[in-house]
Amino acid sequence: MTEVSVTKDAKPAADDLVVLKGVNKHFGALHVLQDIDMTIARGEVVVVIGPSGSGKSTLCRTINRLETVDSGTITIDGKPLPQEGKELAKLRADVGMVFQSFNLFAHKTVLENVMLGQTKVRRTAKAEAEAKARTLLDRVGVGSQADKYPAQLSGGQQQRVAIARALAMGPKVMLFDEPTSALDPEMINEVLEVMQQLARDGMTMVVVTHEMGFARSAANRVVFMADGRIVEEAVPDQFFSNPRSDRAKDFLSKILHH
Amino acid sequence: MNVLLDHLPEFREGFIGTILLTLASGALAMVLGIVIAGFRVSPVPPLRFFGAAWVTLFRNTPLTVLFLVAWFVVPVIFMPGLSPWTKALLALGFYTSAFVCEAIRSGINTVPLGQAEAARSIGMTFFQTLRLIVLPQATRTVIPPLSSIFIALTKNSAIAGAFSVTELFGVQKLLSDKGFDIAWIFLWVALGYLIITFTISGLFRLLERRLGVAR
Repeated sequence: MTEVSVTKDAKPAADDLVVLKGVNKHFGALHVLQDIDMTIARGEVVVVIGPSGSGKSTLCRTINRLETVDSGTITIDGKPLPQEGKELAKLRADVGMVFQSFNLFAHKTVLENVMLGQTKVRRTAKAEAEAKARTLLDRVGVGSQADKYPAQLSGGQQQRVAIARALAMGPKVMLFDEPTSALDPEMINEVLEVMQQLARDGMTMVVVTHEMGFARSAANRVVFMADGRIVEEAVPDQFFSNPRSDRAKDFLSKILHH
Repeated sequence: MNVLLDHLPEFREGFIGTILLTLASGALAMVLGIVIAGFRVSPVPPLRFFGAAWVTLFRNTPLTVLFLVAWFVVPVIFMPGLSPWTKALLALGFYTSAFVCEAIRSGINTVPLGQAEAARSIGMTFFQTLRLIVLPQATRTVIPPLSSIFIALTKNSAIAGAFSVTELFGVQKLLSDKGFDIAWIFLWVALGYLIITFTISGLFRLLERRLGVAR
């Protein structure tokens, strides 16, 4: 991970990992993404916030093409997203994704969940995959649960396993689609701490969240979306203390003062 | 009563014939059904179309018509020289595969979409996702309907008897032609079917209990 941040310091502007250009998407009559331009540099942590229905989850899901786009281009590490097929599968392996509802494989143990992508997609040897899986599970603090099934774990534990499952692929970038929204309040922090640690280690992250505390402390940049558009982009301090747009001021006044 | 004891070899041969035909065509129907179900949920439109056409064709054709096609059309157009048993196997297997496919597809639809999304997001291909993640979780839901389908298949195999394939129902014709009391023959034949169908439903109930997936 240190290598990554060194590269980033050496040539900050040229090293764009994820680039979205003129992205548009409709759900029927609803124009969910309107002319989205966004660039995420290697090692950068971008937090996407905004009211519900603003298109932030959809934006996150277009980056690994779980949602297709109507127009515009998305490139990851210089490669445009291919059509559905082997090429896309290969590219998705390099893009980790963490879902709101965890989506751990219900018929596999925790350990198998973290090993499966390594053995079946990366073709890593079993022993090596297991060693890596156990290291990652320890790192996210659920090493002792390795032989349980997902349903036997708390939400916070499941989400940490899901993070380990994504990390096991050695992704270039991690996408978090409201990772704490389905959690009980007392479990949110254990997940956020794992994400904080990842951010400190130099992982490139796109995080859709309602956790303003996380945005303040971990983000390099906050992207504020409303009605399918990026309304404002700024460093967290500036965004939270002095938002420029009325839409962002309105949003922040609703969530921060009560 | 004596009909059974006096003709035990015939009954046994018919009983075994029905079991073999059911097993073989059941296996064929399972393989075809899973493949066609895969086609029907695939992202490739031509495959989806093929799957839908297959199901429409074989689910909506009377089985007797399929037997007639297997006997009189298939040898002329596709493959001459098939044995009656193979032709019965094809007719029963293809017919039942349409029902198996739909049962499996309904099972696939009960697996939460997030499971497939998670699998694709770690780089699995469509077929890996289906084979490793979705189908194993669909298995439990499809067991009760599959049980019914295989019981229906067992009974449908009786049609093969009318096409001179050795099986349980054919024994009835053989013996009633010889002038034995038809009521007793029917009773023993029915009992034979009952043994097979009870075994099937018992096995499937066992499977269902074994294959729970906790959520």
